[in-house]
Amino acid sequence: MSGANRIAGQGRLTPARTARFTFDGKTFDALEGDTVASALLANGVHLVGRSFKYHRPRGILSAGPEEPNALVDVSRDAARRQPNVRAPVQEVFDGMKVESQNRWPSLAFDVGGVNNLLSPFFAAGFYYKTFMWPKAAWEKVYEPFIRRAAGLGVAPTEEDPDHYANRYAYCDVLIAGAGVAGLSAALAAAEAGARVILCDEQPEVGGALHYDTSVKIDGQNGYDWAQATAARLEAMENVTVLTRTTAFGYYNHNFVGLVERVTDHLTRPDRKLPRERLWQVRAKRVILATGSIERHMVFANNDRPGIMLASAARTYLNHFGVAVGRKVGVYTANDSAYEAAFDLKRAGVTIAAIVDNRDKPGEAVLAEARKLGIEVLTGHSVVDTKGKLRVSSMSVARNGGGSARAIPVDALLMSAGWTPSVHLFSQSRGKVAYDAASGRFLPGTYAQDCLSVGSCNGTDALQATIEESLAAGELMARATGNEGGGKVELSGENAFDWTGGMAGSGEGAGVDTTVKAFVDFQNDVCAKDIRLAVREGMHSIEHIKRFTTNGMATDQGKLSNIHGLAIASEVLNREIPKIGLTTFRAPYTPVTFGALISHSRGDLFDPARKTPMHAWEEAHGAVFEDVGNWKRAWYYPRAGETMHDAVNRECRTVRNTAGLFDASTLGKIEVVGPDAGTFMNLMYTNAWDTLKPGRCRYGIMLREDGFVYDDGVVGRLAEDRFHVTTTTGGAPRVMHHMEDYLQTEFPHLKVWLTSTTEQWAVIAVQGPKAREILEPLVEGIDISNEAFPHMSVREGKICGVPTRLFRMSFTGEAGYEVNVPADYGEAVWEAIWARAEPLGACAYGTETMHVLRAEKGYIIVGQDTDGTVTPHDASLSWAVSKKKTDFVGIRGLKRPDLVKEGRKQLVGLLTKDPKVVLEEGAQIVADPNEPKPMKMLGHVTSSYWSENCGRSIAMALVAGGQSRMGQTLYVPMPDRTIAVEVSDMVFIDKEGGRLNG
Amino acid sequence: MADHALRKAPLGRHHGGSAGARVTPAAPATRLSLRAGEDAIGTLSLAFGLELPRRPKTSASVSGRHALWLGPDEWLLIDENGADLMGIASGVSALHSATDVSHRNTAILVSGPDAAGAIASACPLDLGNAIFPVGAAARTVLGKIEVVLFRSGEEDYRVECWRSFSPYAFGLLVEGAEDAGL
Repeated sequence: MSGANRIAGQGRLTPARTARFTFDGKTFDALEGDTVASALLANGVHLVGRSFKYHRPRGILSAGPEEPNALVDVSRDAARRQPNVRAPVQEVFDGMKVESQNRWPSLAFDVGGVNNLLSPFFAAGFYYKTFMWPKAAWEKVYEPFIRRAAGLGVAPTEEDPDHYANRYAYCDVLIAGAGVAGLSAALAAAEAGARVILCDEQPEVGGALHYDTSVKIDGQNGYDWAQATAARLEAMENVTVLTRTTAFGYYNHNFVGLVERVTDHLTRPDRKLPRERLWQVRAKRVILATGSIERHMVFANNDRPGIMLASAARTYLNHFGVAVGRKVGVYTANDSAYEAAFDLKRAGVTIAAIVDNRDKPGEAVLAEARKLGIEVLTGHSVVDTKGKLRVSSMSVARNGGGSARAIPVDALLMSAGWTPSVHLFSQSRGKVAYDAASGRFLPGTYAQDCLSVGSCNGTDALQATIEESLAAGELMARATGNEGGGKVELSGENAFDWTGGMAGSGEGAGVDTTVKAFVDFQNDVCAKDIRLAVREGMHSIEHIKRFTTNGMATDQGKLSNIHGLAIASEVLNREIPKIGLTTFRAPYTPVTFGALISHSRGDLFDPARKTPMHAWEEAHGAVFEDVGNWKRAWYYPRAGETMHDAVNRECRTVRNTAGLFDASTLGKIEVVGPDAGTFMNLMYTNAWDTLKPGRCRYGIMLREDGFVYDDGVVGRLAEDRFHVTTTTGGAPRVMHHMEDYLQTEFPHLKVWLTSTTEQWAVIAVQGPKAREILEPLVEGIDISNEAFPHMSVREGKICGVPTRLFRMSFTGEAGYEVNVPADYGEAVWEAIWARAEPLGACAYGTETMHVLRAEKGYIIVGQDTDGTVTPHDASLSWAVSKKKTDFVGIRGLKRPDLVKEGRKQLVGLLTKDPKVVLEEGAQIVADPNEPKPMKMLGHVTSSYWSENCGRSIAMALVAGGQSRMGQTLYVPMPDRTIAVEVSDMVFIDKEGGRLNG
Repeated sequence: MADHALRKAPLGRHHGGSAGARVTPAAPATRLSLRAGEDAIGTLSLAFGLELPRRPKTSASVSGRHALWLGPDEWLLIDENGADLMGIASGVSALHSATDVSHRNTAILVSGPDAAGAIASACPLDLGNAIFPVGAAARTVLGKIEVVLFRSGEEDYRVECWRSFSPYAFGLLVEGAEDAGL
């Protein structure tokens, strides 16, 4: 048994296929293909949640993604849990656990329901006023309280064990929506030979044909025609049909985001399947066949469980075989609701009455009602309802006043007409236009290559929809160069054409009433709240929306927007288009983070760049640090060593013996061409034309404004070939900077740039024994001090493979940087290590590299400079050519502010107490006793314990620093003030004897 | 005289993918970033033994040597047989720039009926037959990285990327291959 309200012979589900699930701990049976909503209704459960603000009992309002009430928590297991799932969308699978939300201790008895009694205090915009004082209480008291009290589901805490997939796709024609319109358009486009993607959010195609059983197409039952058409389309090679797939976002240039729900309906999904798949589709043309959404009626207490949209009740009956009640009332302003009554009546359900607020409903439906013996009360309205956890009666009164009579019902269906789904059209930046005759917004001005067809375009009649859609499909296929196929023809027939519709509040909920007539169910906004907003001075719909939160819930006002507008229009006495419609934003319905992230998680979240020597470093105990995307060996602790111990040992070893350092991540750019020297002269401050092949030079690159942009050592390999190095982090932007100038400012130069960062593995061998280590491994290069002095480069071989060998140093020791083609990096490193280790050398990491360079006063661009530092500020005037007449930044350097006295300049700092290590970033003052705010002179940029100096050392940017040598300054810290002496930046080997040894 | 250092490819012996799309590291190859103006194309083509392509998204191939068009003055030359491309370039006097990038790049081969689908999981390029036929080549993106994509056969693609990005590219392609096969 899959529910007492299942009617034998109704619906399309197979009675033999059942699934079992729990709702708030109670077990229920469902049929395969049921949604949570249809299964609960089949079991007579209407109460499924509590409302957001007032905690009012709520039921199932719709049978689609517009559902504002029936939001539940669905879980497969502890980790696979999702809150705020729309019950009419989620399909049941065996073993599913469903929990209601926003209630405590239970759904039927909810303490928060007291909010409903206190509701006079929670009027629209209450939080803007009530909680304004005292200010400090907002963060600590009011906001946390409001967030606890209002709010729906609880976010899961466990890591999501599912995976998600992504596909980029292209097509000639993308069709969103596979109802009559979408299927017709797809058929015409596909037959013409177009590459077609057709998507629909429901598990099956068909759209309105799910409930509208009166439709016949080419003589076939409408729903069956839809399934057959989809099968025909799927069999075509040029067509992709995606069901359970929502087109959620329409972006620039016909780029549309679709999310396909792959496993959420499966009992035991194959682990290989992604839970969801994101489709990023670039379509040459788009056809929107998104249909329309039925509106509710706005009247007092229109939110009790059991009150729902008429088309939803029809869906539950005709597709799921479920009667939503046994004695059903209908309240409508539109003919379509009559057909729900007819279908239910024919299925054996009692129709208490059709209450139509119009004096003259459509004649055809009126005649049919009479034939079926259904009482129709025209010119009447439902003015109130009763029932605690489910509607038990409707109060009906003649329009314009008069006494109300209560009619017992156990379900109440309503329809105020249909709102075209222009969401995607609006997202495409199309402008909607108000059609006064039908009282609705329709696609007006198109901004992209798309067309709307069917009811989202305001086309109501079946045959007109078919013909419009076939024409659009063919037109879009032809427009994208497809010439195949003949004309597709289809003929449709249906029982009734629908008239009527209204927007705004109904009888008894109009101006001067204080009843709770809900406009926005999800955010608990009533008609009176909209009027309050207008009284408070909000006249634009954008202001009204934000003041009341109407339409701001996750359903984005699919039901409430038009009612809200109409109510505001009535009180403001201005036409609806003058008040304006808010813009629809993506996503159309909520999208999981998982789908948007897709593959970008775990190892694939971001590339982890590793050097060719990474495995060796790992095996030798290196601790790594992230530098951009690179993983760099930070230090190599030995057993029992702290980081401090390890760095001290590495620093001592390099200066006393030698060290190996992986410098592969340094950016490298090969600058080649007859004008290479000229180009280098323009890009760097130094003079390059005087640099001989085989020699190197430290270069500084400025931005146009004269500030230091990057630095690095450059080797000249030949007249027309330079090997440029950049900082690790600067590699890509320096390349772009150079390419940018080459293409825009110096296009006449015959020179080309190639990034070679990853072509070369770079092994720095530094220290007094560096030469001894390398000498036997190198072939074809005389590396004696005389033949190969500091700042030289040679090409030759090492360990039998080609090398570009640099004599250079970032430590102040005599040193080499061995460049070898990257695939040889590890083997060459190992060969060098095999020589180095017995001599007592060590491998060192970036931390030791930082200390050693600071001991020599070598700056790190980006650490000791911050984009406001000139070469002069950094004591690098020697690297700026005085003779050159042009280079990037030459004019910037002459700006008055860049040459004036008192600029912040880079200097050394020595703490008076040598044991104290300053904090990087700490501020520097002249007078620590000055009342706050003190005048700050600058800040510490680099600071280390220097084992080699036996004391702390630091570098700092200090106002007028170079004229403060020997002065005592102060670094105020929270717990003490540290006295420091200003010094130069070279703390070791000031004469450079070691470097050139 | 030391022993000759051994070569170690960035991806080692990785392999993965699905029945419909095999993902494997390509064998080492020599590569050149070749830059030259219009007037040098003829001479360079002669020297390299293939006609350097002049149209976007095209390539030229002769027995394991490929020239992929990357820009109006830029080609990526790949020689699967390891020929000394730098040596060939150094013999050409026409104005050009040749830079060895044999070790900078590595390649991943994606083959099989679902190969295009595997790549489309992370590459936003249109891989349809009419747009990206056999021989097509393009510098594009794969997830967050830059790659050069070359369609070497009906169901064969070569994804060239910088070596440190190759584990990331490989991981993406394997996940893409698995999903494309579903």
